[in-house]
This record gives sequence, C-alpha cells and structure tokens, in this order.
Amino acid sequence: MDPVPSPTHSGITLNVNGEKHALSVDHRTTLLDALRERLDLTGTKKGCDQGQCGACTVLVDGRRTVACLQFAVAAEGREITTIEGVAEGERLHPVQQAFLDLDGYQCGYCTPGQICSAIAVIEEHAAGWPSAATDDVRPEAGPPPLTPDEIRERMSGNLCRCGAYVAITQAVARAAGARTAPAAQTTADRGAAA
Amino acid sequence: MREFGYHRAYDVAGALALLGADPDARFLGGGTNLVDLMKTGVERPASLVDVRELPLDGIEPTADGGLRIGATVTNSDLAAHPEVRRRYPALTQAVLAGASGQLRNMATVGGNLLQRTRCAYFTDVTQACNKRVPGSGCPAIEGEHHNHAVLGASEHCVAVHPSDMGVALTAFDATVTYETPDGPGRSPLTDFYLPVADTPHQETVLPPGALITGVTLPPAPVAARSRYRKVRERASYAFAIGSVAAALDVRDGVVQDVRLALGAVASRPWRARTAERALAGAPAGAETFAAAADAELAAARPLPHNGYKVTLMRNLIVAVLTELAEEAAR
Repeated sequence: MDPVPSPTHSGITLNVNGEKHALSVDHRTTLLDALRERLDLTGTKKGCDQGQCGACTVLVDGRRTVACLQFAVAAEGREITTIEGVAEGERLHPVQQAFLDLDGYQCGYCTPGQICSAIAVIEEHAAGWPSAATDDVRPEAGPPPLTPDEIRERMSGNLCRCGAYVAITQAVARAAGARTAPAAQTTADRGAAA
Repeated sequence: MREFGYHRAYDVAGALALLGADPDARFLGGGTNLVDLMKTGVERPASLVDVRELPLDGIEPTADGGLRIGATVTNSDLAAHPEVRRRYPALTQAVLAGASGQLRNMATVGGNLLQRTRCAYFTDVTQACNKRVPGSGCPAIEGEHHNHAVLGASEHCVAVHPSDMGVALTAFDATVTYETPDGPGRSPLTDFYLPVADTPHQETVLPPGALITGVTLPPAPVAARSRYRKVRERASYAFAIGSVAAALDVRDGVVQDVRLALGAVASRPWRARTAERALAGAPAGAETFAAAADAELAAARPLPHNGYKVTLMRNLIVAVLTELAEEAAR
C-alpha cells in the first residue's frame, strides 16, 4: 500500500520515458529506488548507491545524472530518461548498437549506466563542452576532437569492475562517429568483424 | 535516514522563509554531497528546502568587466560558459577536474563552496570527529591522514576542503554574496572560511539562515592566461591530493602580476599570498618560482604520513608557473 501523504511523504508524478507515473513516496526514496522498486524499471542499476560508480546514470531534462543522489520528490516535474527509454521501438539507440557490435561490456551490470552516460557524452561534445582532457579550453580553440583520451576522461564517472573499458571506449567513439587513433581503430574494426 | 519534509522554493525570500520555519532545515541544491551525508547519518535534517528553481542560474558579465555567477549555476554550465573559458580558463579547468560528468550536471556553485570535507573520520559516524561532534577528538592526527592538511590546520582538525572550483575562485579574488532574513551580505572568498582553531565545526562566516546567492569575479586580465593543475591518485574522478590554480603575467622577463592558490592542503582553498609577494617584480624563472614556493610552504606543518605534500606542492607550483611563463614567452 502507498503510504498516506504526510509532512514526510508526498504524492508526486514522475515523467519517465515520456510516460507519467503517479505515486506516493516517502521523501527518503531516491529516484533510483523509485525507478526500480516502484516503477519496475530495473534497467537502471544500483551499484555503490553513493554517487561513485555511475551504474544508476539516467538522463534528467536531457542531462546525465546519478539517480542514487536525487530524491524522487525532487525529480518531480523533470523529464527522466532511463535505459528503457533510449531505443526507438525495436530500433536500438546507436550507442546501444555500438556496445553490442563491439562487445562494450562483460557482465553487463554497469552497461545501462555506461550507455546513458555515453549518449550524453556525445551530446555534450557536440555542444562544444571541453573536458579535463582538453588542452586549451578557450572557446577560440574550438571543440576538441573526441579522441580516446577525451572519451576516457568524459566517461570516468562510470566504473566497470570487469574492466571492459577498451571496448567501451571504442563503442563510444564509433557511436560518436569520431575519428579514433589508428591503433584503436584497427582493434575496433577487428572487434566488429569478429 | 531520518524522515524529512520537502519544500521547493521559487524565490529567495520564499527560500529564506521556508528555512527559517524549521531550525533543522537545510537547503538542497544538487544534493551530490548532502544526500550522501544524509544516507550515512552525518546530516539529519528535519526538512529540505529545494533551491534549484530559484532564479539564480545565470552567468552575467558585470559592468567593470568581471563576471557574476549565480548560486544555482551547475558546475557543467559554469565550466562550459564561453566567458569563463575566455577570461578565467583555470576556473573551467578546475571545475572540469572535479567529480564526474554526472555529478557536475547536478552540483551547484553555492553547494560546491559549502560541501564538507571527505575526511574518512568525518564521514563515518562511528568515529570521533571534532568537526562533526565538537570535543570528541580527531583520530586523523594519529591515524589515516595521508591526504590531510599541511597548512593552517590545528590540533583539533586536519581535514582539507575538497573543492577544485574554490581554488580557482580563490586565486581570482571571488566574492561570495548571500541573503539573510536581515538583508544581504558579502564576503571575499579568502575570508569566507573561518580559521580551524578549536572550532572546526564552524566552517564559514555565513550567518545562520543565510542563502548563498552567487559569486562575483572581479575583472582580472591576468586570469586570461591561467592554469589549474591537479594531482590525484587516479587519472580522473578523484579528489585532489594537491592542486594549483595560477595566473601569471610576465613582461620582459619580469613578473608583472601573479595569482596563486593551492588546493587539498588546508581547511580552505589556500591563497598563496606569501609566494605572490615573492614573485611580484622578480625575474620569471625556475629559481624565483622555487624560492616563492618555499616561502609559502615554510609555514607547512606536515603530519607523519603527509609530508610528501610539501614536496608535491613545491614541484607543482614551480611546474605550473614555468608552463605559464613559457606560454607568455611564446
């Protein structure tokens, strides 16, 4: 049963993957727990539950965030996109397809977070955002090429305990249509052919 | 976690009123630190006042050529802003050196300044900590302190302030503006954090019930050539063990203007004024830079397991100033 609204509970509407869900929440409920336990959207994973691993990455108003450090009540009124909402029907998102084609995972637990994060990384890069790997951050320097170093830095909020980073980096590069270093490209192409 | 009430504020007066209505209320910005501390029981607010809808999310040039940054601007938006990148590139670099893309999309400027130390004794409620429970002791001094303070600490607390953003803001003479029920206030960031002394639980000059509304950067032509360099235990997504924000103007081989601030060495971002005085008007070169670094670090009081930081900071200061001087000579 839903708890009765009180000073510590609220009836809220969460907009997830374009669908509105009315639910009553204890204010202590994180967005992560609301997605998984209340809306049965278990694609978003709980890893560390303290903002250190990125497994719970979801898009809020188009930006990547960690769902474990947000309260569901504070997410009301925002557009939330989870891994369940990134494909178009049966057609996978290009980032999903690249992860599949290049084996950008091993156990798969961090994968939904990796993919949601990568989708946003590609958007952020396209918007011209520099990163800590960017030599010259001045706008006059122009947007940095999305090199493997740039991808690794931008994806550093998503840990993979299996260590699938090599293929993850390649998958992000492929999805971004980025030109990677020759060595990396060779490996990527071998992976795709295998 | 303690149960709590939740309120969303839409204007500053409303936010102050909501906070004032509950002595155990806290402002909630991005939540990247507060929510974590609530989960571990370090913070136990009775209610949260969500300030993310406040109209404080703008970055505006000021009439005198500086920048005014709203308190609810996210780290991401601050780092990506063209005028920040153009006028204060070390500020963009500092912000981008902190946390992860996800956390930078959530975290806000006001919250960054008020984030708490990551000292493992502070974040573990089963341990003593003078910052969390005044008078309970500081186990870090005899215990795990390899990433603790070497400057400005006391026998009561050796924790460091974890901010990267704050180091660049400190170098560039930022002023914090805030609003209270009794009217507005402001404080230079260099005076914003209180000395540790025997009151490590009192961290800032903010009066009770105050809301940070923004940060103002004065014009600083020297900042257009600036750098932030951070050393940490892995290549990305980790707190600093030492960092430097610096700006340098060299003409005819002589230092005309310099700004220098250090991170992860003290309870606050550390403005290196002793080094700046040693550098002003001196010939730009490795010897000058090393002498200035030594002058600043003469006040260092390392603990048994963090003495490396003194060497690290010396080398970091020399390296960053040398890079900036070489850039200026090009």
